[in-house]
Amino acid sequence: MGTWLQEPLTWTNFAIFLAWGVVFLFIVLGFVTYAIYFERKVIGWMQLRIGPNRVGPLGLFQTLADIFKLLIKEDTIPRKADRWLFILAPVITYVPSFAVLVVIPYTDSLYFTDLNVGLLYYGALSCISTIGIILAGWASNNKYSLLGGMRSAAQMISYEIPLVISVVGVILLNGSLSLRTIVNGQGDYFWQWNFLPQIIGFVVFIIAAVSELNRTPFDLPEAESELVAGYHVEYSGFRFAFFMLAEYVYVFAIASLTTVLFLGGWHAPFPFLTFIPGIIWFILKFMFCVFFLFWLRATMPRIRVDQLMSFGWKVLLPLSLINVFVTAIYVELFIK
Amino acid sequence: MIRTEELLLNVGPQHPSTHGVFRIVVKLDGEVIKEATPVMGYLHRGTEKLAENLNYTQIIPYTDRMDYVSAMTNNYVLVHAVEKMMQLEIPERAEFLRLIVMELQRVASHLVWWGTYLLDIGAMSPFLYAFRDREIIIDLFNELCGARLTYNYMRVGGVKWDAPEGWIDKVREFIPYMRKKMEEYDRLVSGNEIFLTRIKGVGTYDAQTAIDFGLSGANLRCTGVNWDIRKNEPYSLYDRFEFDVPLGTNGDCYDRYFIRMEELRQSLRILEQAIEQFPKDGEIMGKVPRVIRPPAGEIYARIESPRGEIGCYIVSKGKAEPYRLKFRRPSFVNLQILPKLLVGETMTNLITILGGVDIVVGEVDC
Amino acid sequence: MSDEQEVKRERKIMTPEEREAKIKAAAEARAAREAAKAQAGDAEASTEDAAAEGTAAEAKPERKILTDEEKEAKVKAAAEARAARAKAKEEAEAAAAEAAPKEPSYNQPRLDRAIEILKTKVAVDAVEESYINENNSHLPTLTIKGEHWYTCAELLKHDEAFQCDYLRNVSGADHETHMEVVYHMVSISTQHEYCIHVKTDREQPSVASVTPIWQTANWNEREIYDLLGIAFPGHPDLRRIMMSDDWVGHPLRKDYVPLDSEV
Repeated sequence: MGTWLQEPLTWTNFAIFLAWGVVFLFIVLGFVTYAIYFERKVIGWMQLRIGPNRVGPLGLFQTLADIFKLLIKEDTIPRKADRWLFILAPVITYVPSFAVLVVIPYTDSLYFTDLNVGLLYYGALSCISTIGIILAGWASNNKYSLLGGMRSAAQMISYEIPLVISVVGVILLNGSLSLRTIVNGQGDYFWQWNFLPQIIGFVVFIIAAVSELNRTPFDLPEAESELVAGYHVEYSGFRFAFFMLAEYVYVFAIASLTTVLFLGGWHAPFPFLTFIPGIIWFILKFMFCVFFLFWLRATMPRIRVDQLMSFGWKVLLPLSLINVFVTAIYVELFIK
Repeated sequence: MIRTEELLLNVGPQHPSTHGVFRIVVKLDGEVIKEATPVMGYLHRGTEKLAENLNYTQIIPYTDRMDYVSAMTNNYVLVHAVEKMMQLEIPERAEFLRLIVMELQRVASHLVWWGTYLLDIGAMSPFLYAFRDREIIIDLFNELCGARLTYNYMRVGGVKWDAPEGWIDKVREFIPYMRKKMEEYDRLVSGNEIFLTRIKGVGTYDAQTAIDFGLSGANLRCTGVNWDIRKNEPYSLYDRFEFDVPLGTNGDCYDRYFIRMEELRQSLRILEQAIEQFPKDGEIMGKVPRVIRPPAGEIYARIESPRGEIGCYIVSKGKAEPYRLKFRRPSFVNLQILPKLLVGETMTNLITILGGVDIVVGEVDC
Repeated sequence: MSDEQEVKRERKIMTPEEREAKIKAAAEARAAREAAKAQAGDAEASTEDAAAEGTAAEAKPERKILTDEEKEAKVKAAAEARAARAKAKEEAEAAAAEAAPKEPSYNQPRLDRAIEILKTKVAVDAVEESYINENNSHLPTLTIKGEHWYTCAELLKHDEAFQCDYLRNVSGADHETHMEVVYHMVSISTQHEYCIHVKTDREQPSVASVTPIWQTANWNEREIYDLLGIAFPGHPDLRRIMMSDDWVGHPLRKDYVPLDSEV
């Protein structure tokens, strides 16, 4: 992959890139489809239910049927809605979710670009989705959506900061913003991965990341028991599908990012296990992260807005700042 | 200067957390509630009017549909009122059966409350756990009277059906099972930090306010007022059993939560004793005239339903139909404090407080 | 086959006549039934009165006999009325037999004291009637004059002797001759209970609101206003609560006629 990326852009290379892009698109869409299936099954089991089991063997086609239903559903736009913003909002939410995937390295050789500001790129682009959510809330001209959108804005601002600062420690340790370099900086033993030396950063990152995903216990923008469905109350059909898609692509992205930053990416936990290909290790860790998110959803109640804010600003931010200082001192004293 | 505008938001009648077709019109400043006006009547079926043209036995099914989460206690308050009026003797076995089903119903009702409250707060699994365990009680009721929700089980003078063979043993088995599950619930929810911070100090009022608003049940006891009709004005056989009345101190949602959880345990305790003392055999219907005609006069009977004091006021003119029948519905009375509690709270707390009051809209509207 | 068709055809032809006849018969029957019922009701009501007064006067309203059906209904009604009469007499006798040697209720001193306090502190004529409702756990029951009700209510809540801080229930009733609002209250500290009746005129029913004294009364009074049409001057927000705002009439009044007779 790396060699191709270095080559000049010819038609052949373009075709190869395009082919990879399409393959990757289908991988992500496939992931989203089966992540939803998996989530419903896992939570079903946790709640003593069976989960989807009607469409196809073991209900495997349930999500496909759901997506199909959403796509053929009538496209409704409320008359009083701000029509163009209403149409634009899902797009704005959805595009960055795919765009962030570009910087994530899956193995040493399988990656799509090796940006030297990869992490910054991720943080910057994922923020744009928030704008889409706020726009959706505003443009729907619905009070519940508006409240959801505003909550989302507040939440994003409060949690984006600790999220980014919590990874500064990792950056300091590895001296690079490039995700590939960060993975390579982590060793072949699991205690050399970043999650142990950067335990504070790791915890803050996980909390802030769940919040970024708008998932339980931080699902305030769509809190169904309070705001009915929050910012996407008025959306139906494929526009709603776009929001859902964006949400699950972000699950993909965050799970990958956690794996890359803290769980050693494609490294095996012990050197003698390196005969198993790196991609398998990556997938395993990635799957664990995804499962963790679903697990949380089945266990946790929802946090309150004001508590969310004070937790973000008074706990997570100071913690992540302390982490930066401690790491900086450590790097200054022992590594330099 | 930034100009701000108040937002008028209709929460309900179609809203996932208003527990039915209940509506609150809230004036919001941001997410802070400035004013809240409850609007009800969407489920008003005119039970009291209908009752004026029905004889007493025919009214019993209507009481099932008032507080449909706790139909047994509703059955009881009506037959209790009529029996008191007619000074009827109830066979012991029938009274025991009534008490057992009422306490089982309390457990079932609190389980529904527990599950839906957690659902309101955003945790969805407890709901299914609660319904799993409630299902056992529902099955017991089903076996007893052939209905799962609207039982129509009690009659003036006794109960309609005797306990089938082995039924009492099933209830006996249920008690330790439920105790074990309660521990599980506590492990899952009662210690959850997010949950605790969400309910602590939310919707606080003092004993004076609670009494002034006529609150009853856990809503009154959370302020520390020791008032449980089962203890204060014992009806049925409650004076034969030992149980504690859990009390709170702060009058917030946290206290209400733990009181209800403790009440659940106390109900199991009562059930345990009732099963021990359950008479081996006996009549299930007392000597009741074929047409029930309470003497002219009036009566107000009340019992402790899972939601508080449910009362039944009957004016009789000596006919087979009541001249006037009025139910004091605890949900209706308890709900009055809501507008007062909501001022200054956020949207999120609206749901927490409303859930904490524990209403059943069928009972609010009657 | 053809026979059957014939029969069918015939029936078809017959139908309009048949229907007419049927309708007529049904109407007659209904009228008869209603008349019988009304008379039976009269009979019963009058017997009640008679029983209540303790006189043996038997008021038997005269009737015109029209149809067999009505006769039957009448006989039935009469039998019922007789049974009721007999029962009422029996009960009255039993009650009389019981009442004569019966001890006064244990709540009698409390009731007397309550009346005394209300009479001295409010007005001499504040209490219209009073009795002990023995079936209802010997509940002291007082009827208080409408114009003194608010003062009495304040006294009931704040006076040392009553301390009725907990208003259990407020209900209204249409007694056809008058309207009535019934308050059940209890003192949390002493557990003493009282039942207060306040009577009001049926044409312009109005009872002073006690919402400023007990918040409990708020929605209860709204409900009574909604369903019985009793006005509560002094209530902060007297609107309909159960029925929609544009509803005509007050459903729980005995003379209420539903707009849609099918309901």
